Amino acid sequence: MFEKPAELKKLFEEKVNQAAASADVEQLRIEFLGKKGHVAELMQELRNVPNELKKEAGQKINEVKQFIEGAIAERIEEIKKLEEQKLIDSAESYDESMPINADLGSYHPITLVRREVESIFQSMGFTVEDYSEITDDYNCFEALNIPKHHPARDMQDTYYLSSNQLLKTHTSAAQNTILRKYKASLESGKPIRAIFPGRCFRNEKIDACHENTFFQMEGIMVDEEISISNLIYFMKTMLSEVFQRDITVRLRPGFFPFVEPGFELDISCLICGGKGCPSCKDSGWLELCPCGMIHPNVLTAAGIDPEKYTGFAFGLGMTRLAMMRYGVKDIRVFNSGNLKALSQFTEKSFTRPENESKEA
Amino acid sequence: MFVSINWIKDYVDLDGIDIKKLINSFTLATAEVEDIFEKGADVQKVVVGEILSVENHPNSKKLHLLKVDAGFKVCDIVCGAPNVRVGQKVALALAGGRVPGGEINIATVAGYQSEGMCCSEKELGISDEHNGIMDLETDAPNGTDIKALYPIDDIVFEVDNKSLTNRPDLWGHYGIAREFAALTGRELKSLKLGDLSYDGDEQIDVTVGREDLVYRYSCIKMENITKNVSPLDMRIRLYYCGMRGINLLADVTNYIMLEIGQPTHAFNANKIDNIVVSTPKEKMNFKTLDNVERVIDEDTLMIYNGNEPVAIAGIMGGLDSEIVEDTGAVVLESASFDGISVRKSSSRLGHRTDASARYEKMLDPELTLDAVGRFVEIVKSIDPAARVASKLTDKYVRRYAPISLSFNKKYVDKYTGIDISDEQIMKTLTALGFGVEYKDGDYTVSVPSWRATKDVTIKADIIEEITRIYGYDNFAISTTRSPLKPVAVDYSKAEDEEAKDILVKKYNLHEVNSYVWCDGRKYKKLGIDVEDNVKVLNIENSDNGILRNSMMPTLLVMANENKDFAEKYGLFEIGRVVDGTDENGRANEKKRLGVVLYDKSGDEKSLYFKAVEMINCIIGETKQKKAGYSKIAPEHNWQHPKNTAEILIDGKKVGVLCALHPANRAKFDKTAAAVAFEIDMNSFNEINAASISFREPSAQQSTYYDLSLVLGENTKFSELEACWEKLGLAELESVKVIDTYEKAGFRSITVRLVFIAMDRTLEMDEVQGWIDSILANLNAIGVSIRA
Repeated sequence: MFEKPAELKKLFEEKVNQAAASADVEQLRIEFLGKKGHVAELMQELRNVPNELKKEAGQKINEVKQFIEGAIAERIEEIKKLEEQKLIDSAESYDESMPINADLGSYHPITLVRREVESIFQSMGFTVEDYSEITDDYNCFEALNIPKHHPARDMQDTYYLSSNQLLKTHTSAAQNTILRKYKASLESGKPIRAIFPGRCFRNEKIDACHENTFFQMEGIMVDEEISISNLIYFMKTMLSEVFQRDITVRLRPGFFPFVEPGFELDISCLICGGKGCPSCKDSGWLELCPCGMIHPNVLTAAGIDPEKYTGFAFGLGMTRLAMMRYGVKDIRVFNSGNLKALSQFTEKSFTRPENESKEA
Repeated sequence: MFVSINWIKDYVDLDGIDIKKLINSFTLATAEVEDIFEKGADVQKVVVGEILSVENHPNSKKLHLLKVDAGFKVCDIVCGAPNVRVGQKVALALAGGRVPGGEINIATVAGYQSEGMCCSEKELGISDEHNGIMDLETDAPNGTDIKALYPIDDIVFEVDNKSLTNRPDLWGHYGIAREFAALTGRELKSLKLGDLSYDGDEQIDVTVGREDLVYRYSCIKMENITKNVSPLDMRIRLYYCGMRGINLLADVTNYIMLEIGQPTHAFNANKIDNIVVSTPKEKMNFKTLDNVERVIDEDTLMIYNGNEPVAIAGIMGGLDSEIVEDTGAVVLESASFDGISVRKSSSRLGHRTDASARYEKMLDPELTLDAVGRFVEIVKSIDPAARVASKLTDKYVRRYAPISLSFNKKYVDKYTGIDISDEQIMKTLTALGFGVEYKDGDYTVSVPSWRATKDVTIKADIIEEITRIYGYDNFAISTTRSPLKPVAVDYSKAEDEEAKDILVKKYNLHEVNSYVWCDGRKYKKLGIDVEDNVKVLNIENSDNGILRNSMMPTLLVMANENKDFAEKYGLFEIGRVVDGTDENGRANEKKRLGVVLYDKSGDEKSLYFKAVEMINCIIGETKQKKAGYSKIAPEHNWQHPKNTAEILIDGKKVGVLCALHPANRAKFDKTAAAVAFEIDMNSFNEINAASISFREPSAQQSTYYDLSLVLGENTKFSELEACWEKLGLAELESVKVIDTYEKAGFRSITVRLVFIAMDRTLEMDEVQGWIDSILANLNAIGVSIRA
């Protein structure tokens, strides 16, 4: 009897090493530890052992039982590891460089540029206004101090409509409406700060540089003490934000009936930094946006007292900005609906600058 | 416009001033300079030579062999010009020198050595005269540099005409010189005007018929003009400023125009005795001096001699009264016509001239007499025998009102935001010709006539004068004093952008921009009719004139044009359409989201349901509401008669979803399918969003109940929904479709209704009661349980 546990242990050790799968081990467990297994058999036999030896014999059986239990658990663990390893070995190594989900959607580049610029202005306290594409002679010209016989009002520049209206030729057409909208709030002491992006239309022949349908953005600021000095400061700050770098600006006199004085604002060429290159026709400057102090007649037309309030206005060519930003050379791309071109402007919520400033 | 620095120097002393810097400050203070040319830089080592002998070339009829005295030596020159003679003084370009055509080298020409080149004016780049080599009228010793004789060296700059549109005074050198004087702080010299005195009785009779179109008409007669060719100095200036030399009188009128901006016209005096300025009674033909027959309408101002038309006022003279070479006497017209009338006439004629371009800018009528004075002065200085042969006629029929503006120093400070000294203000305004009265900070400024035709009318205009000369680069810049206030969210806009985000990021659609008018030709390809609407009156292509009343056709056209882009794609745009006109006849502009989905494989049904999914998502995400649909008859004939539905929120129509009519689908593509929808964002934005209503999750066990239902042919799911929604059960947590079956007119659907209560585990009896009620409702609309 006393030899039997040792023999059992030996038998188990032989078998356990042959068990290669967890099913084999389970088989062993039943064979040795099951209700009718070898260990149980030994326990049955314990009845025949004289009482004074029972304790020792029982201990021996127990030792073997514990040994087998331990070994089985160990073996199961080992086999599990082996099986996992097999899964790992046989697993496919995924190629992350495979082109996946090639069907990304895309935004129109104007939407991307407009969103960027709008968020800059919103952070500077400007409201973003909406304005129609169709307007009338009063809003597009009359209220902007553009006299009846100004060439801008000729048929060759403006699309006139059968409804006695016209397609707005510039976003300045929204000035009168916006000024009126905020007149009361201005008089209660809140400055007017507003931008209005929108599509404009000019009766032009279309080529790589000219479109009859394009986007502009107008901005105005009106308050009690807005000066030319403020205008220059603001334009420089705003453009540095838009172009995500420090921008040098210069102002030249420019004539627009709705501002006085009016300016053409140039920025130092972004490509050559002002040294002169083909992009800036060797001048070192790029003509970027017209701006100026709002003409007193324009304020008056909106019911705002020009003796008390002054302000400035500026226009940004959004289409032009998008061309600069993305290196689009042919303006016709924008209205082409050509998805081979437009689908490149994929899910971009914003563009982080390449040479981001580390300073706060 | 081209500006010659030599010419400017006639009126402002620029000695010791860096010209390039000065031109740059002109750009910053006055108008943009587009280009600077250094004239004469490529004329080097060209000297006065004298032809000592002329021999014919033995083998060439054209060439001559010359010996030319160049002062320091005698050169052998092979010359092809016909006008060579012994004793002639020539412009000799020496070997080692250069002319605009290139470097001059010793060369062998037709077997003979040539040590230089005798030049024509054209070869020196000083005119386009090229009939022969120059025949210099000079006593200068041989070897003298040609540049010592003629003003070949000059700096010429080009100003962008567009930046001069509001400055009539800058359309001549004298006005530019005034700017330079103000910029440099130097004196502007006055114009030298000839003596107009005349003893006789003769005077040109002038009648102004249309006083509304004329400010002033001045004229004078000169006679005994014997010279025909203008001096080289003058021709060089004209040429450098972009004009061709013609003959003395034409050149002098051009010269005056370039100098003071006032166009003049020299009539052949033999053809003129009684000038009438008026418009024709009826349309007529008229041949201008460029030998073109033009049609003149009743609104075009003309100059007549008696009844005979002789010129189109302010635009061009007639061929018949042109000055020809034997003209010994001229009548000089120096007039100020209405700028708008000249612009309109020239635009109707399709003929813009240097003169009309200037009149358009509203010239100062005070200039007419300056022009007369300059004409007499210049002609006499060139041809001393010429004399004034009539009294001056000067009809000043309309005047611009003098302008006087008052403001104070405080106003200037407020407008500029900086402190520009009174001294600086006065100096600037005076230099620019303004009359300035100043007392204790108060200014009264009279505007000079040349700025008073439209340019300077209010005190803000004076600010510009002060600041531009002060220099914007010199401004101290400062931020506004008003504090930033937070900007209120514009939810309409936020919804538009959210809709775009959903379509791009969730459904991989592509955003496009399209034109607001219909392209009739492209519509036709898809069999889409252009529907009547507000139209653009002046668009070049008449197929394009009508404004769109829906986004969908434009996008269908674009979808059709992108067939080689991918197998399956969708595009969208938020744009404007015109929904007819309002009671005042004004366009109803609407902001609409248009979407078109395209699938080459032609599975229309799944495209249609994809569109429904997008609509549900947009409405769900932005409004927390459910989209409703209701079939409608097609609104446009390209829409599918059966599958066109309006999109509803809270029962209110916000848009339309449709498949294509089979006829249009066939034109689109044989196999492909396209589905379109449009949401009126104005209506959409007006609908309030529901807030998210939070429901505590129940800790109780839920119970579900599956119903397999047999539907009628036209039963809609929304009708089934109503059958359980009617009960208003708080315990009905969700309903899901778990199976559908459709075959040969038999439609069946299995729905799983999940019930749960907050406070108890539901008993089957209770649930069965609800199910019975639901089944009763279903029965009422003809829906039964599948056997």
